[in-house]
Amino acid sequence: MFTLANLPTAGLSQYLLVAGLLFAIGLTGVVLRRNIIIVFMCLELMLSAANLTLIAFSRFNLDAKGLPDVHGQMLVFFVITVAAAEVAVGLAIIVALYRSRQTIYTDELTTLKG
Amino acid sequence: MPSPIFWFFALVMLFGATAVVLLPNPVACAMSMVASFVGLAGLFIGLNAYFAGIIQILVYTGAIMVLFVFIIMLLDLNTEKKRMPKMTPMFAGLGIVIAFTIQLIGVISATPGKQLPALDLPASAKNFDASTQIAKNLSSNTLPDVHLIGQSLFTEYNLPLQILGALLLVATVGVVVLSKKQIH
Repeated sequence: MFTLANLPTAGLSQYLLVAGLLFAIGLTGVVLRRNIIIVFMCLELMLSAANLTLIAFSRFNLDAKGLPDVHGQMLVFFVITVAAAEVAVGLAIIVALYRSRQTIYTDELTTLKG
Repeated sequence: MPSPIFWFFALVMLFGATAVVLLPNPVACAMSMVASFVGLAGLFIGLNAYFAGIIQILVYTGAIMVLFVFIIMLLDLNTEKKRMPKMTPMFAGLGIVIAFTIQLIGVISATPGKQLPALDLPASAKNFDASTQIAKNLSSNTLPDVHLIGQSLFTEYNLPLQILGALLLVATVGVVVLSKKQIH
């Protein structure tokens, strides 16, 4: 009988590879983009890549009771919550920056340049 | 044989992420970020982390991305003007990323792979008191993900949870202070 549970599953290295690629894509965005909001979005992508490795390790290393390790998922919960707080503060800073400088492009923000 | 569901969600996630980096319009970037996070939530659910998948959708795509789109609307951003970026920082940045990717592929292909261990839920029900909801769900072969996380959160991780609450309060107050008009 064909069910979803019978489909082949991916191994740990495939999950780690995909998470690493997501991190690399996020890093590319942080380095290359000039719009500070998109730089911020790419930072969120990098955080999510870390979350994916945590969830993958938690599922692939079962705890003593034979269940997925709950500690990894707790860390993901905390990371997501802290990221939410970080986004709120960061976007408020961007709005304040736009108010005082009328730009959000990183190459035009040269106040600290000597 | 590759697993089709994993690669479907992984490709949705990676293409969404690539679109965030490449598209010039900020609103299109935000929308492709939503697609990327939906793919990521699919991967979480494929790893039996149902709670993490749901909060990924609710918190990230539901709340955080709406906040991003809202700020893009408030700042009235247009499509980024095409401008050649400075060559030296661009190549240095790309070099770091490419070196990282090559090293990553090298390390991962050298480490022995691990197959997904099967979950024997009725067997692990013996570790819990038979009257609890967790044991009942495990015996009926469903994973009580939210119950397990909740139990851990409110016993083992009680102090970090309260610190997190304080952090959210501080962030809220900080945002209000930051977005108030400065009066000189």
